[in-house]
Amino acid sequence: MRCMKFYGLIDGSDTSLKNFLVKLPGVDAVGADARAAMLGTRSIKTTSKRWAIDTAISMVDLTTLEGADTEGKVQALCAKAVRPDPTDPSVPSVGAVCVYNDMVAVARKHLDSIGGTHVPVAAVSTAFPSGRASMKVKIQDTKDAIEAGAAEIDMVIDRGAFLSGNYIDVFNEIVAIKEICGEKAHLKVIFETGELVTYDNVRKASYLAMLAGADFIKTSTGKIAPAATPPVVLVMLEAVRDFYEMTGVRIGVKPAGGIRNTKDAIKQLVLVNETAGPEWLTPSLFRIGASALLNDLLMQRMKMDNGYYASPQYVTID
Amino acid sequence: MTFEYAPAPESRASVSIKPKYGHYIGGKFVAGEKHFPTINPATEEVLSSVALGGKKDVDAAVKSAKKALDVHWSKLSGRERGKYLFRIARILQERAREFAVLESLDNGKPIRESRDVDVPLAAAHFFYHAGWADKLEFAGVGTKAKPHGVVGQIIPWNFPLLMLAWKVAPALATGNTVVLKPAETTPLTALLFAEVCEQAGLPAGVVNIVTGDGSTGALIVNHPGINKIAFTGSTEVGKIIAESVASTSKSVTLELGGKAANLVFEDAAIDESVEGIVNGIFFNQGHVCCAGSRLIIQESISDEFIKKLQKRMEKIRVGDPLDKNTDLGAINSRAQLEKIKELSLAGDSEGAERWSPQCSLPDKGFWFAPTIFTGVTQSHRIAREEIFGPVLSVLTFRTPQEGIDKANNTPFGLSAGVWSEKGSKTLWASQKLKAGVIWTNTFNKFDPTSPFGGYKESGWGREGGRHGLTAYLKGVTHE
Repeated sequence: MRCMKFYGLIDGSDTSLKNFLVKLPGVDAVGADARAAMLGTRSIKTTSKRWAIDTAISMVDLTTLEGADTEGKVQALCAKAVRPDPTDPSVPSVGAVCVYNDMVAVARKHLDSIGGTHVPVAAVSTAFPSGRASMKVKIQDTKDAIEAGAAEIDMVIDRGAFLSGNYIDVFNEIVAIKEICGEKAHLKVIFETGELVTYDNVRKASYLAMLAGADFIKTSTGKIAPAATPPVVLVMLEAVRDFYEMTGVRIGVKPAGGIRNTKDAIKQLVLVNETAGPEWLTPSLFRIGASALLNDLLMQRMKMDNGYYASPQYVTID
Repeated sequence: MTFEYAPAPESRASVSIKPKYGHYIGGKFVAGEKHFPTINPATEEVLSSVALGGKKDVDAAVKSAKKALDVHWSKLSGRERGKYLFRIARILQERAREFAVLESLDNGKPIRESRDVDVPLAAAHFFYHAGWADKLEFAGVGTKAKPHGVVGQIIPWNFPLLMLAWKVAPALATGNTVVLKPAETTPLTALLFAEVCEQAGLPAGVVNIVTGDGSTGALIVNHPGINKIAFTGSTEVGKIIAESVASTSKSVTLELGGKAANLVFEDAAIDESVEGIVNGIFFNQGHVCCAGSRLIIQESISDEFIKKLQKRMEKIRVGDPLDKNTDLGAINSRAQLEKIKELSLAGDSEGAERWSPQCSLPDKGFWFAPTIFTGVTQSHRIAREEIFGPVLSVLTFRTPQEGIDKANNTPFGLSAGVWSEKGSKTLWASQKLKAGVIWTNTFNKFDPTSPFGGYKESGWGREGGRHGLTAYLKGVTHE
């Protein structure tokens, strides 16, 4: 199916894309909120909690996206990504390290030097976070990141174009970036759901991105709130589930922004389990973009082992 | 490895059940003569032994209610009555966990529902009616409206505490006193409510609780000292009650059965509609008088929709009602289970196609897997009779008018659901549907401010809201 252009669902023209998006059923916001809230009441205890914590750790895209990022900061993050808990080798490495374009080479080099070849580097791209740059710049941005060793590209969509109804412009940008990624890098497409606002838009954006070749659809940059709220993730999980029914291809989902503690992370896993299904509960199909979350997962893990909450000094601050 | 949810059982420690209960009459528990067991339908464990109310008990309860009415309750101002109701509401909230656990034990419903729906709503009904107690003259009932006096209330087993609240709160707010009979299979939360009345300092005899079976109910219905009957239960019993009181001066409200249609149009929000259908029929094991037991779906989307519905049903977690992750609990009694099985077999033999997800049911207790029947037509028994279990009948329609016609083609008329993203269509359909409660793009939502009740064989009168108040007053002149 993948080799067929746009999965054979559209021909890539403005009309065919619009027809496809217009025919999508609407999302009833009250109903979506209620379903997400209900799944939030699932009570995950003992063995299932332990499994969920380790799974969540392996899904974290450990992120630093600050103007103040330095080589030292990125290297420290890499060390943490490979061995989140230096005292316990049974803790898995995280899913990826996520940095700005100019830090990709630093991250890749450091990961390789500390036995972290298995941890990919993700680069935010296409004039992250606003996406306000020329196509030429966006393409070069992506090329630079891949050349520096990024195995995953987290691109932002042009929200202005989307909100003004120029879906084809958004679509063509994703197609162009996907072409550059080719086989070398996985493409994650960031919607910035806090700016798209409605669930109907989130559903439209999900299909638009999947048709254009996204490997992952991602909620947010982390710079805008609200970000990865449970109902937004629910709508995206429904989209990848139904897209699989149509095409036989599983697209990944990455909530990012606002998931700061273990409870929230486990709620996300429950959403995945009961919406897209257990097939999606793997780092190759579900990631959580976060920074502070990892330490809370580690502290909860220690608590499950020791029976008490350790002082925060027992987890590393990088 | 897959994500298996480890058991997350709610503790039973908050609940203490006595081995034997009498009736609550005149502010104290009085011993009964005969007793019968009440069991946990999920395990068949005997929880307690409750008294079977006879003539002597009902007489005593009515006498105590009349005395309380004359010497105390009728002399209080509305504001004073309201204080008691506020107190009861707060105590229900304070003891919410205890009530939720006890309800799930005695009834078999999931703790998630007793905790998140039954108990909070019961408290909300007391809060709401507490507010009315001193404002009745502004309720649009005229200045001559007076309480009936002693009201007899007979409630069902599907929402034991909530139905008690629906009955007791408006009765007390309007100045009546009460003789209440909880259902035979679920008397325990009503008996715990007696403790709440004591804790609230409610004057003795204002609320009397007599446990028993249908014969006890008949004694209440036919008692000459009772001025009004409020009944929630089956249409069959409702008809008997209507006949019994026909030649008396008793007022009656009846909230009876239903066979609600959930009408899904092709332009519905599909995922949320699937969710609504699931909630409509599998909430409380389908033991809901307003359950959306008929899915009437536009043919153009029916195949895709059924597929999604089945996928969703595979996620329903059936099992221990006290597990916080359980979605579908136990069937309330062996008799009800037999009835569900019988009607389902009728569905098979009449040619409908039965489907249930793979799910393992516990060995002990009363269980029925979530089930849908497709290929159902109007003439099938499962399209006409109330199953009162987790069984959905699926019918299709071609044009909106045909959908309405099928939805209305039933002796019942309690509730209906309309699913469409097109506002004009939902408004049009809501006007055409003959049902007391119509939900659009949602289902099974209850609120004390909203009147509830049915058309046709679904009952007489309304409960809740301003309309519900009038049922507990006589001499109402609508302004």
